[in-house]
Amino acid sequence: MVNSTKEIISPSYTSIDWKKIREDFPILKREVNNQPLVYLDNAATSQKPQLVINAIAHYYSYYNANVHRGVHTLSQEGTNAFEASRNTIKEFINASKTEEVIFTKGTTNSINLLAYSWGRKFVKEGDEIMISAMEHHSNIVPWQILCEEKKALLKVIPINEKGELIWEEFLRLLSDKTKLISVVHISNALGTINPVKAIIEEAHRRNIWVHIDGAQAAPHLQIDVQELDCDFYSFSGHKMCGPTGTGIFYGKEKWLEEMPPFEGGGEMIKTVSFEKTTYNDLPFKFEAGTPHIEGAIVLAEAIRYLQSIGLSNISTRENELVHQTTTRLKEMDGIRFIGTAIHKSSVVSFLVNNIHPYDMGMILDKMGIAVRTGHHCTQPLMDFYRIPGTVRASFSFYNNENDIDRLMEGVKKSIQMLS
Amino acid sequence: MSSIADIEKEITEDFELFDDWEGKYEYLIGLGKDLPLIDEKFKTDEYIVRGCQSRVWLHASHDGNRVFYTADSDAIITKGLVALMIKVLNGQKAEDIAKAELGFIDKIGLKEHLSPTRSNGLVSMVKQMKLYALALIKTN
Repeated sequence: MVNSTKEIISPSYTSIDWKKIREDFPILKREVNNQPLVYLDNAATSQKPQLVINAIAHYYSYYNANVHRGVHTLSQEGTNAFEASRNTIKEFINASKTEEVIFTKGTTNSINLLAYSWGRKFVKEGDEIMISAMEHHSNIVPWQILCEEKKALLKVIPINEKGELIWEEFLRLLSDKTKLISVVHISNALGTINPVKAIIEEAHRRNIWVHIDGAQAAPHLQIDVQELDCDFYSFSGHKMCGPTGTGIFYGKEKWLEEMPPFEGGGEMIKTVSFEKTTYNDLPFKFEAGTPHIEGAIVLAEAIRYLQSIGLSNISTRENELVHQTTTRLKEMDGIRFIGTAIHKSSVVSFLVNNIHPYDMGMILDKMGIAVRTGHHCTQPLMDFYRIPGTVRASFSFYNNENDIDRLMEGVKKSIQMLS
Repeated sequence: MSSIADIEKEITEDFELFDDWEGKYEYLIGLGKDLPLIDEKFKTDEYIVRGCQSRVWLHASHDGNRVFYTADSDAIITKGLVALMIKVLNGQKAEDIAKAELGFIDKIGLKEHLSPTRSNGLVSMVKQMKLYALALIKTN
């Protein structure tokens, strides 16, 4: 369980039996409404391979104990595995130090940590925080709360009809009051891959901090935080074959050192007296209370699983599935794609004629097909397109051509029933 | 006019004719399409019953004793369910509406639509229909 990720060498794309990979996921064998399940809601959460499920059972059957405190063997073993996982994640995102990897409950929790801790220390009245028009509510609301408290201003980078950031507008919005840019790496509703590296370069030229919401990127792209040079990066474990309730907050060590704690409690302290408490070193300063030990340990297992397939193989496969789906949907009358960016990831968001996404979602569900319908927690983005929501099929590498066939059947049937 | 229980029984019998989901849903969609239109002036935020995914507009009036409803939804399946609720409760006595249990939704196999996770606004609509009835009882 504690082997280094660097030892894993990905296979070549053509040597992978993609149909067989599906067998790693026991849930995909079940039926929904008397039909074999077609799971196309991967952007909401991914399914878990058997080895991840086994690792959860193994943790509780073998070395469950609280970490970082006990002198007994179980606690030592648990602590070793927990910290080994931190190291696996450090290598996965190529952070320079394990101290820069903070375990959280998920991306939302990571962004709240940033907004609360960093925001409290560095944001002053009149400062500006910049987000984009395609953000998830998780990357809007924490900043609104902060801006309201600090009398700061929230600026929004507009997008074009394709669902791409308008670069000139972004440059125009930058000012000497801009403190932080927090943008999504890959949009959950549109699939747009944003030019985050260029944004970071532009921001750093003006000494502006940058946070990247990587919830949708970490499962699909190889992330290298040093190459990106982002100040902060957040992502969730459950979207990348890991357990729910796990997430990562990455921050450059120099900023994390300056940031005050987010939550107080056990684990995050060095000494406590009623007069004065001194805080623990990184990364523990930001990990108050008993962490999600099993989740953190098993997340490393999920990462090793992804690496055994190879992140670049995964993106190639998912792009292929998205391409096939888009091509086939295009043949249908009345189809409207929401999000047609040139750089796109594993999401196909669409509408057909004036069929309400909720209706189509209901019919697809009856046919055993799980898609997401609605506003995808991006209401301002739906307002931009003047739509109530979309039908979103989001892919993972374990989906295959049969899933696409079934989706096409489902969409055709829904059109027939609902038109 | 027929009682709430009678109408519920009638609907249950109608749905028994269908042995698969498709027939049932086609019937429901048909009901949605046939639902008399709500006056456009009531399709405002004041009359909206918010669901996370589909929206329902509900307007109620009364004759001092009975409550009359008109409604609409932006999603057709939701509209079909709205039509069923109106069929059952429209023109009934406020006292009967307030205590109606509406067990027929379960019997016809559409209970899932009344689960809060469906977020189609239907649960809130039923609640709102009953609130109108309760308000009328109070003023009487």
